[in-house]
Amino acid sequence: MSEEQDRGLQSAFRRKLLMGMAALPAMSLLPTPSLAQAPATSAVNTTGLAVTDTEVTVGILHSVTGTMAISETGSVEAEKLAIEQINAAGGVLGRKIKFIQEDGASDWPTFAEKAKKLLVNDKCAAVMGCWTSASRKAVLPVFEQYNGMLYYPTFYEGLEQSKNVIYTGQEATQQIIAGLDWVNKTKSAKSFYLLGSDYIWPRTSNKIARKHIEGHLQGCKVVGEEYFPLGHTQFNSVINKIKLTKPDVIYAIIVGGSNVAFYKQLKAAGIDLSKQTLLTISVTEDEIDGIGGENIAGAYACMKYFQSLDNANNKTFVPAFKKMWGEKTVIGDVTQAAYLGPWLWKLTVEKAGSFDIDKVAAASPGVEFKGAPEGYVRIHENHHLWSKTRVGRARADGQYELIYETADLVEPDPFPKGYQ
Amino acid sequence: MFGDYSLGDLSSIFVMQGFAGLILFSVFVLMALGLAIIFGQMGVINMAHGEFMILGAYVTWLTSSFFQAHFPALFSGYFFVAMILAFFASGALGMLVEWALIRHLYKRPLDTLLATWGLSLILQQTYRSVFGAREVGVELPEWMMGSKQVTDTIEIPINGIFVMCLTVLITLAVAYIMYKSRWGQQVRAVMQNRVMAGAVGINTDKVDRYTFALGCGIAGIAGSAFTMIGSTGPTAGQLYIVDTFLVVVFGGAASLLGTIASAFTISQARSTLEFFTSGSMAQVITLLAIVGILMLRPQGLFALKVRK
Repeated sequence: MSEEQDRGLQSAFRRKLLMGMAALPAMSLLPTPSLAQAPATSAVNTTGLAVTDTEVTVGILHSVTGTMAISETGSVEAEKLAIEQINAAGGVLGRKIKFIQEDGASDWPTFAEKAKKLLVNDKCAAVMGCWTSASRKAVLPVFEQYNGMLYYPTFYEGLEQSKNVIYTGQEATQQIIAGLDWVNKTKSAKSFYLLGSDYIWPRTSNKIARKHIEGHLQGCKVVGEEYFPLGHTQFNSVINKIKLTKPDVIYAIIVGGSNVAFYKQLKAAGIDLSKQTLLTISVTEDEIDGIGGENIAGAYACMKYFQSLDNANNKTFVPAFKKMWGEKTVIGDVTQAAYLGPWLWKLTVEKAGSFDIDKVAAASPGVEFKGAPEGYVRIHENHHLWSKTRVGRARADGQYELIYETADLVEPDPFPKGYQ
Repeated sequence: MFGDYSLGDLSSIFVMQGFAGLILFSVFVLMALGLAIIFGQMGVINMAHGEFMILGAYVTWLTSSFFQAHFPALFSGYFFVAMILAFFASGALGMLVEWALIRHLYKRPLDTLLATWGLSLILQQTYRSVFGAREVGVELPEWMMGSKQVTDTIEIPINGIFVMCLTVLITLAVAYIMYKSRWGQQVRAVMQNRVMAGAVGINTDKVDRYTFALGCGIAGIAGSAFTMIGSTGPTAGQLYIVDTFLVVVFGGAASLLGTIASAFTISQARSTLEFFTSGSMAQVITLLAIVGILMLRPQGLFALKVRK
């Protein structure tokens, strides 16, 4: 409890204390620090960014107040951990990362305003931030106008690509198509009931899902599709419909607090998820915290990262994260994707040999991060990540058990042909 | 629309939807009862009503954790203890708020809107600082989960039945307090004519404080009950506030009967529409209908006859 209490407030003293503690054990296992002599500032910073001989400033732009704070807290924590570890390993081009954190307050105009402040006043060399598509769309013109670099962590609907953004979460096809193929093949699923929250991400995602089910999977059909306002808490009606249509798969992409109501009511209505297949792409370990593991046990989630992943990188990442932010914290897919941001930026800057945005953008394709908790990732020409897609089954203890992963990295394709 | 379902399916649809509507009705009544007292009787626009509910939900969560840690054997009964604690916690906070804030604003009802809105922001941030920004999961005892099989196609969730019974009990208790008890008479006297009530020897300050506390306490119980169906986070209270005001205003602010009637109308309309359209459409159609009816009948379904 005590670790969680002031997470929202972020007392500076406590943070410093914990950072110091957290960095020590993690350091030994991380990629070896670059010991190269720090190059002269005039050589690596030709566009007037906030880079000195010893420090480089980046921005963290997330909501720590308002309705999105629940989701974005994990991203902030992961980014701070990554920055701390990079500093402990020698920094970027010999410079320690200093961060300036701004609060987007779950309000899209505020996001745009703060983005401008970080780029124009603070001259940040990179910004880690945003969570909802709405906030990303709000800051995108700012990053393009003032030539900044944004590392965006959330899985999202695709249909976007920018020189000024690196998308460290999955885009729609990496998540949806691999997941549907898996459930079709292993569960012999033929009929699907799609439901989601009523805004751009679920609607676009379901459009892609429907195209794939009806156009590419043999003999499959969608038996229902429905949307609910954000924060909706009464799902009895749709549960009744599900009982009558008896779909092979419930495909649920409800976001945020509504999930709690949905899964509790599903269980109360006698739908046993060990018998009824349910596939979600929106419930991470963070949401299960609120839902309660016993209510969602048996459901399948398709994403690229689970806290329970069994690989060497993840085995150092999870304890380091918990050491910094408390034993009780959970790490979801987006939290991990947020952790990739500072690391990918560091690797890209070192590949480019410069902090300049244009050089970093140009050097991004092909940059690979071998220390990623999800295993390994590489940046594609379209600024999205090559990553594996995984399916996990929820357990009563709130963790996912890995059931399936793609053999190879899945190529990101933000503008899928025939799916728009 | 009906073509896809057989006759047997359709009858189960109507039974189950009717029941879903009844559960929604109970939820609406629980949310709105406290507000009907505060807004209807006292004229205070309490924008922090949702946060009083969430306090109840957090108290329930704390109680469940406490029972799990110390009395795991008694876990199946913790919910009743939690509801009582939630009532007193929210009621006590209500009393404090009335003393510190509301009592200075009785002559300026519109200002209560701003003051309580500020209060709701303060409370949200307090919850975030104390309990963390993430949602907390309230674990339910085993007997509350699952459903009762009536026929092959009809199943009724047990926690729905529980919420319904709870609603009936609380409504009866509130009706008794407001219309039969001596204290209820004092409340209504104060609300109709404060000066006159004071002149005949009623301690109006005390009546105000306890009325406000009672309204907040009921919100606490509602919040406790909502842990069964909804989420518990710092801002979750915001989800309920619009529906709550909708029910109270549509029913006619000062009438408890109106609150119940309007909760019933709204819930049944929404639940039936939800089945044949979709979640979002059902809300839109219900809202439009309510706006239309309020234009014809601005005082709400049931208006109290008061001499102006």
